[in-house]
Amino acid sequence: MTTTTPNRIADVLTRHEQPILEDWLREQLAALSARQDLISEADLRRQSTEFLALFTPACRMGNLTDITTPEWKPGCDFLGDVSRSRAIQGFSPSETATFVFSLKQPLFTRLRQELGTDATALAEEMWSATVLLDKLGLYTTEVYQKTREEVIKRQQTDMLELSTPVVKLWDGIIALPLIGTLDSGRTNVMMNTLLQNIVATGSSIAIVDITGVPTVDTLVAQYLLKTVYAARLMGAECIISGIRPQIAQTMVHLGVEFGNVVTKSTLADALSYAFRQIGCTVTKPAQRA
Amino acid sequence: MERIPILKVGEFLLVSIQVDMHDRLVLSLQDDLTAQVVVSRAKGVLIDISALDMVDSFIGRMLGNMAAMTRALGAETVVVGMQPAVAITIVELGLVLTDVRTAINVDKGMALLQNLLNESSVIDSHEFHEK
Repeated sequence: MTTTTPNRIADVLTRHEQPILEDWLREQLAALSARQDLISEADLRRQSTEFLALFTPACRMGNLTDITTPEWKPGCDFLGDVSRSRAIQGFSPSETATFVFSLKQPLFTRLRQELGTDATALAEEMWSATVLLDKLGLYTTEVYQKTREEVIKRQQTDMLELSTPVVKLWDGIIALPLIGTLDSGRTNVMMNTLLQNIVATGSSIAIVDITGVPTVDTLVAQYLLKTVYAARLMGAECIISGIRPQIAQTMVHLGVEFGNVVTKSTLADALSYAFRQIGCTVTKPAQRA
Repeated sequence: MERIPILKVGEFLLVSIQVDMHDRLVLSLQDDLTAQVVVSRAKGVLIDISALDMVDSFIGRMLGNMAAMTRALGAETVVVGMQPAVAITIVELGLVLTDVRTAINVDKGMALLQNLLNESSVIDSHEFHEK
């Protein structure tokens, strides 16, 4: 669609700036009535005023069908900031998009007042305004989505780091308590940290404790075996501990085999086995009479 | 052509690989090592690969082969100091090096060889007594 007279929308915006802002704010407040705890009216007013100040000149200069052009950049950037902050504050996507969409009502009302007699012009202007605001609304949703994805990605990496701590139990004995489901990504991280710690501590025994692993299927068993073999190649014996009764049952039903890897039911058993391997004995001090 | 030195330490041979391995070097090491095991009548071989940060399937397999060869000649082989990246590569390549004994460092490897030697000498003396 060709840019008819984009100035008409801009004119309306300039002439009725204050009433449009007020109407728009009322619309937003009505839509966000349940979210008063997340954003104050003053903040909302500041954001709305700022956006209108960027929106009007862009309308005057640019075409109304393409928001990727340079004149729309400040407006889009501002919308992006608003959307990002709302995503982090915990607004829903539709609440975020409402920021833009609720501008339609006041804008259309003013347009109707201005062009009431000229039906063709009114339809045309309404159409271009709708297209424009829809695009801006979708843009906010897109930014919102991206922000959420970033948050999720960051949490995932945090979790990876949190869930693979290697602890030193004794001279030459380290343990890796695993918590949560194992997938190939986590296995890689786990393998790397374990092997690096074996080198760093010069340990000859590594205990992998799977008490916190909810299920052991063939894939998880394969991941565990890979780790055990890699540790063995480096000269450390690997013990798998923390096998719960249900897991032992499912493993047998699935035909999962750990081959000649030593497995124990508890970390304590594994530790006492490890002590025997390195020739340590644990004794209670003789009881005093 | 460059060669990898083979040092005799007591009853054992120590091979420390400090350079990047390529196929011909491994093959010449295999020749030298088997010859040395026979000449020196070594009871064990330590291969230190702590300076090796990359392996391919050929070199991985050759490590296994060398262990099997020295065993056939009456000397146990212990590979020591494998880097995590190398271990992961070998596992990902699906190489099964079950015959190869490993140890974290030369110290532990030496102790392992000594243990194996003691065990086998105990068995030998038993057999001797029975006869």
